[in-house]
Amino acid sequence: MNAPRIAFALLSLAALLSVPLWGSSSLMRTLVEFISLLALAQLWNLLAGYTGLVSVGQQAWIGLGGYALIVFADDLGINLFLAVFLAGLFTAAVSLPTAALVFRLRAGYFAIGTWVVAEVFRLLVAGSTDWLKGGLGRTLAAAGALERGLREDLTYWLAVALGAGSIALVYGLMRSRIGLGLTAIRDSETAAASLGVNVNGIKWLVYVLCAFGTGVIGALIYLNVLRITPDAAFSVQWTAFMIFIVVIGGIGTVEGPIVGALVFFFIREYLAGFGGWSLILLGVIAVVMMLVAPQGIWGLIHERFGLEIFPVRRRLPASVPPVPAPEPAEAP
Amino acid sequence: MNALTVREVEVFYGEFQALFGVSLEVPAGETVAIIGANGAGKTTLLRTIAGALTPRRGQIEYRGRSIVGQPAHVLARHGISLVPEGRKIFPSLTVEENLMLGAYTRRSGPWNLRAIYDLFPILGERARVAGVDLSGGQQQMLAIGRALMNNPDLILMDEISLGLAPLVVKELYRVVKVIAETGTTVVIVEQDVSRALQVADHVYCLLEGRVSAQGRPADFSHEAISRAYFGMAA
Amino acid sequence: MQWVNIIVQGILLGGLYALYGTGLSLIFGVMRLVNLAHGDFIVVAAYLALLAGQLLGVSPYLSLVVVVPLMFALGLLMQLGLLNRTLGRGLMPPLLITFGLSVMLQNILLLLFTADSRGLDAGAIETASFEVGGVAIGLAPLLTFIVAVCVLLALQWFFSNTMLGRAFRATSDDPDTAELMGIDSRRIYALAMGLSLAVVAVAGVLLGVRTNFAPTDGPARLIFAFETVIIGGLGSLWGTLLGGMLLGVAQTVGAQFNPAWFQLAGHIVTLLVLAFRPTGLFARTRDV
Repeated sequence: MNAPRIAFALLSLAALLSVPLWGSSSLMRTLVEFISLLALAQLWNLLAGYTGLVSVGQQAWIGLGGYALIVFADDLGINLFLAVFLAGLFTAAVSLPTAALVFRLRAGYFAIGTWVVAEVFRLLVAGSTDWLKGGLGRTLAAAGALERGLREDLTYWLAVALGAGSIALVYGLMRSRIGLGLTAIRDSETAAASLGVNVNGIKWLVYVLCAFGTGVIGALIYLNVLRITPDAAFSVQWTAFMIFIVVIGGIGTVEGPIVGALVFFFIREYLAGFGGWSLILLGVIAVVMMLVAPQGIWGLIHERFGLEIFPVRRRLPASVPPVPAPEPAEAP
Repeated sequence: MNALTVREVEVFYGEFQALFGVSLEVPAGETVAIIGANGAGKTTLLRTIAGALTPRRGQIEYRGRSIVGQPAHVLARHGISLVPEGRKIFPSLTVEENLMLGAYTRRSGPWNLRAIYDLFPILGERARVAGVDLSGGQQQMLAIGRALMNNPDLILMDEISLGLAPLVVKELYRVVKVIAETGTTVVIVEQDVSRALQVADHVYCLLEGRVSAQGRPADFSHEAISRAYFGMAA
Repeated sequence: MQWVNIIVQGILLGGLYALYGTGLSLIFGVMRLVNLAHGDFIVVAAYLALLAGQLLGVSPYLSLVVVVPLMFALGLLMQLGLLNRTLGRGLMPPLLITFGLSVMLQNILLLLFTADSRGLDAGAIETASFEVGGVAIGLAPLLTFIVAVCVLLALQWFFSNTMLGRAFRATSDDPDTAELMGIDSRRIYALAMGLSLAVVAVAGVLLGVRTNFAPTDGPARLIFAFETVIIGGLGSLWGTLLGGMLLGVAQTVGAQFNPAWFQLAGHIVTLLVLAFRPTGLFARTRDV
């Protein structure tokens, strides 16, 4: 990344971090929601857009992360913000046996398999009427221990950190050797394997990493909202949001989900009064984009203007420039 | 009139060029052989003629009409059949079902199940067997029979001798002669040069995507063929 | 005796599930495509039958005459208009498009019909039952099972005895070589999708007679279809029927212990099969 880009990123970060100093509670809550969706989309993009593992069951980790937060903070008395991190560790741990199962499935059936797993968790949680209060859900009582303004500020800054972190994670991963392997796997697993790419290892790594990240964000979401129910937390609508954001914004780019999240939020706010229309419209846009502009809005911008904020693409030079003859040394 | 005229055809796989301005003529009812080493572009040429590949440049005329860009399933209906490299028998279908599928286009002509079973009695004996459970030679017969069921005017055969015992190959080429004698135009791709020279009226040699030699079999000396085939300096 | 009753109910339910699964695995077999809106189309069919009943005054079973061709056409349109355009671009676009369609269909149904549960009125058949050896068998579930088996038989005949059916099988084996035989794979894909939705239409109507349905019931049906295919294995119609019956039995038995375990029992059995026999119990395909 070069200087203008770094400057731009730092400025945006500074602007975001300053919000608690001048913004309202409701603005911060909305921004946390926005950042959560953005981070979720980045993670889904990593899983599906880069690695080719199209999961429609990431809501499993959102729900488990949210409930883990409440169990760790309320039932086990762990510090609220540490609990957010631990929730991610919990979902990462659960994702291990899950991966063992769902990796036996390919592509489309893999997708449904991940959905089934999410459903299993939903049913188990909803069935746990004593401990997890079943369908009625639970409230994050531990939040009451902190003064409200402070809690909101801390939650917000945590969100900014996690949002920046998710972008940094995806960007960093894609620029590494693992990222090169990911691109190879997405294009052809067999070819990648024959080239020595540890296909299985990378798939596991990405899957567990995304489960961790999604779990942490899930905990963040419910830290922000304070009330959780199984039907909402494990709803496939989370996946719908992630997919729409990524498809509309641009699969396989770091900037795409940012653009997609903005569009998504705009449409949702604008059509808030029209009930199901917002989802229909989003669905129509996503389908049309997949047909006509599969590279997404950011992809179009990139093609048209050559803009790139987080370059992850690797380019083959069209021709290797000739090495210039060394300059004759100056006589002393 | 030529059954087939190929003019200055250039075929690419992505950025990789496989054929560089290849031209050939196949007079109606004749048998033309295309020889060349591995990777010379023989299969690419055949698949292009059959419509499975589209040339980036060049012309292909079949019975006087341009067929460039037309997909394989359309050309099959017009009477071009390809016996593909590797036979490509359908695993889910029996011998008889593979043959019946060959008649999907419902073109009329002398070839039907009975006629194919007369030509290749072993296929009749194993009609209900899964296509892929036949021996290599039998699968090749099945592949040829399947292509014939289309009642083609032009039949293309890609390396039918590959991996087969000499006796089997001899039998296959007897059948090729029979097919040619019915008036069908035949284009074969062969690595076995002597076979190709025996059966063909005209021979083309491909080297790295270009025609390196062509002529009647009688006109080719052993030395000329080696040069054209391997590109060795005289 | 009660257990026999329960198991019989599960087996009969399996007929319906076999239809769910067959619709899904049919297109997967021919074009390696999984239609994530599959379950929603089942619900759409039920609503179409509802409309047919309201507009034409016909019984649900008779409405099949209208609903099946309609859904067949819908399948053709979807494949030709949407999914065929993404051919050659890998497995992700169809997944994402059908997922988008799924969300759209649910919300369109919600707008048109509200979230209220509806049912199809099949009259006296719904409550009629008869006894065999002390076991009470409902007429409607039995009819459902028989219709399902008939559809499977018809499909089997289609694949084995018709030129088009053979073309389906050939295209599913090797679309490029099938093209050499004169088979237009794009047309085959469209017909396969049409056929899949035709089967879905039958399943939807049978579902509507059996139980109430609502716009958001699609995903659960997709999951049942998927589980039927996983338990039964790919490649055989009768394997799918057996898979469906096993799923049905797992669900009805599970529900006996706790009504809330109806779906969960099916999920557990599916995950077990996945863990120990990933290719399914009755698989028959040569490839993956």
